[in-house]
Amino acid sequence: MDRQDIYTWCLIGAVVLSSTAGDVLSAQAMQKIGDFGKLRERVGIGGVVVSVMRSTRFLLAVVFMAVSFFTLMMALSWAEVSLVVPATAALTFLTNAVAAKLVLHEKVDRRRWIAAVFVSVGVALISQ
Amino acid sequence: MSRRKYFVLALVVAFGSAGNVLMSRGMKDVGQITIAHWTEAIAALANPWVTIATVLLIGFMITYLTALSWADLTYVLPATSVSYILVALLGQFILGEHITALRWLGIALVTSGVGFVARGRSHTPQIERMEEAEKRSRD
Repeated sequence: MDRQDIYTWCLIGAVVLSSTAGDVLSAQAMQKIGDFGKLRERVGIGGVVVSVMRSTRFLLAVVFMAVSFFTLMMALSWAEVSLVVPATAALTFLTNAVAAKLVLHEKVDRRRWIAAVFVSVGVALISQ
Repeated sequence: MSRRKYFVLALVVAFGSAGNVLMSRGMKDVGQITIAHWTEAIAALANPWVTIATVLLIGFMITYLTALSWADLTYVLPATSVSYILVALLGQFILGEHITALRWLGIALVTSGVGFVARGRSHTPQIERMEEAEKRSRD
């Protein structure tokens, strides 16, 4: 591993951690607000925007997403998009599966775990 | 799931892939950014490719949040992973990046994960979430 690789993987790690935090917090916020389609029928599109913007969890999620956005930009400046994007997205998928089970209490069934394993093997190959 | 919901998932894929590819194109102009010079990442927004990419990624964000309002995180993420293939293809044909055979195999594996979740249900009802939480607190 040369300096460029180390830099790339540190940035990928930063993207994964911040985007997991962002994903979990926004999923929590959106679950609390409920189906946008049904909500829009009641309060209109403006009402949907207002309820999203008033969610503290969502605003916190935005901070983490901003961090992941800028670290992703930095990672893209060091390595190819066909490495950076699949690697970050797929690793995030694994950390998200764990976080979704522990924090969001989603039922992560065998189907979803198999998907997680496929994705992680895929990442290992993509990063060859 | 209704047709409208599949359409939203398709938009997540389209905005996400196009946004990432254009961002990569822009960063090729901008050059490498280090932690020590992180403010360059903000200055990079002035690059037209980066500007368009940012608009597309905002579109991605809006459709992604909409999907999360009616589906599980562990459903939405794999369901939209078709974008890995799109990004790889766009990276190769538009940006001229080389994708090795092993990377193709990786991309195929990642995407086959989609098949597993796509056939399952998309949402954990609130009552089951509470049961899951309770089960965990007992352990």
